[in-house]
Amino acid sequence: MNAITLSNVDVYLSGSHILQNVSFEVPSNKVTALLGRNGVGKTTTLRAIMGLIPSSGVINLFDKPIHAMPTYKIAQSGIGYVPEDRDIFSTLSVEENLSLAVRDENPNYDLVYKLFPELLQRASQRAGTLSGGQQQMVAIARSLLNKNQIILIDEPTKGLAPKLVGEVAEALSHVAKETTMLLVEQNLALVRSVAEHIIVMSQGSVVFQGDPSNLQNDEFVHSMLGVSGGRH
Amino acid sequence: MDTFILITITGIGLGALFFLVASGLSLIYGLMGVLNFAHGTFLTVGAFSGLWISTQVFTTSNSWTFFGAMIFGGLSGGCFALLVERLVITRLYERHIEQALVTVGVALVVGAMLSGWFGNDPRLLPTPHWFINTVTVGKAFIPVDRFLYIGASLVLLIALTSILRFTRIGLIIRAGVENRAMVGALGINVRLAFSAVFFLGGFAAGMGGVLVAAYQNGVTPLMSGSWLIYGFIVVVVGGMGSLSGSALAALLIGVVDQFTNYYRPGLGDFVIVFILAAVLLSRPQGLLGKVGR
Repeated sequence: MNAITLSNVDVYLSGSHILQNVSFEVPSNKVTALLGRNGVGKTTTLRAIMGLIPSSGVINLFDKPIHAMPTYKIAQSGIGYVPEDRDIFSTLSVEENLSLAVRDENPNYDLVYKLFPELLQRASQRAGTLSGGQQQMVAIARSLLNKNQIILIDEPTKGLAPKLVGEVAEALSHVAKETTMLLVEQNLALVRSVAEHIIVMSQGSVVFQGDPSNLQNDEFVHSMLGVSGGRH
Repeated sequence: MDTFILITITGIGLGALFFLVASGLSLIYGLMGVLNFAHGTFLTVGAFSGLWISTQVFTTSNSWTFFGAMIFGGLSGGCFALLVERLVITRLYERHIEQALVTVGVALVVGAMLSGWFGNDPRLLPTPHWFINTVTVGKAFIPVDRFLYIGASLVLLIALTSILRFTRIGLIIRAGVENRAMVGALGINVRLAFSAVFFLGGFAAGMGGVLVAAYQNGVTPLMSGSWLIYGFIVVVVGGMGSLSGSALAALLIGVVDQFTNYYRPGLGDFVIVFILAAVLLSRPQGLLGKVGR
């Protein structure tokens, strides 16, 4: 069963054809990594799924079409979203940022504070004064409070210090056990450790879907991602 | 000294009325960035609704009926604001020029309709008998109604601040102001929250309309013009989106206007515009506004 299916999705932004006939499936109960060089349309793909930008084509969540829905209804359908730039609310406290995200009657604060105990200590601190890593924790935590069918996570380790990358990676490994995930990530080590399915994009199109074991092959990594391994 | 007390308290009373008009503008423009030139019509609709219920529904004029008229005027102003937002503004978020044009159009149309219906002559709003009383502060005789204006503004300031700080809808509004798209991505219909802002702004203006009608002894379709201008000045001087800034600016402008007009009759408006210019030049974000807002 596929959690998300994209069929012939196109996105035009400012006259540019950003996504070109993109089709792929995200299997349920697995971590799928969406890979590709910078600027190939990975973030745009996530934003199109969330309805944050206009797109054409069909996007289904467990066979239910969501492409015509407004963003808030797409989220209510059971999609958690952690955007590339975190987009936390800087003037609100950590506690307010989290409570704003609550949709379920019984939000899973236990999981959030188990993974990120620091957020409990900083509950009353303004989110704008947190470090980049702590802000990323808030952004991920928001998506964990509700029972989502899938979580879309866009470059969670971007701009983080190596120590924090490890913490976020550990948190994602826990999250991966609980829910389906579509992960955009440049850190190949992290992708190798959590991904069970990979999709590679190039120039706005999908060029590969399959087994993450291919990421052990340097030639594949070099030809698809333009790097020789590690972080690209 | 008596004159000083009298002018100060009547100035605060006038400032309280300015705040009632400006608080809605501050919410709608400061928080949502909507240039709403129809805000004066919310005030006028509120005043006419208060007049209608006071003369057509209530048979006597006492404190309760006047407070009823204030609430009804507020609700009418709020509902009318909601209607304008749903029918017109909702399609024009982020499009400031269109907002200005359309809301000016709404103000002209509503003003013309009310003029055609009621005429432009002032209609007296029934007020309780104690409105003409005075109380002694020191040796100054202060009209009682000034304390009502001050009290109503204080209650409104506390209520609006509490809604924004302590309720979920307030949380959504504050988050939506910062990043509307992300609020939607959390599964929240931010448009509903913004409609609530319009209702609150319209409620304040509508209730203010009833009090302004009592203050200037009449309801007319043209009553909102100068009050809207004062409202915009208060919002700019106080700082966009800052309710406490609007309250401070309204107080300042009301008191300065009264003192200037007492000692230099007719120069009140000039001094207010001077204050506006001085604040814009020295502190463009307003007295309590945030830089870059």
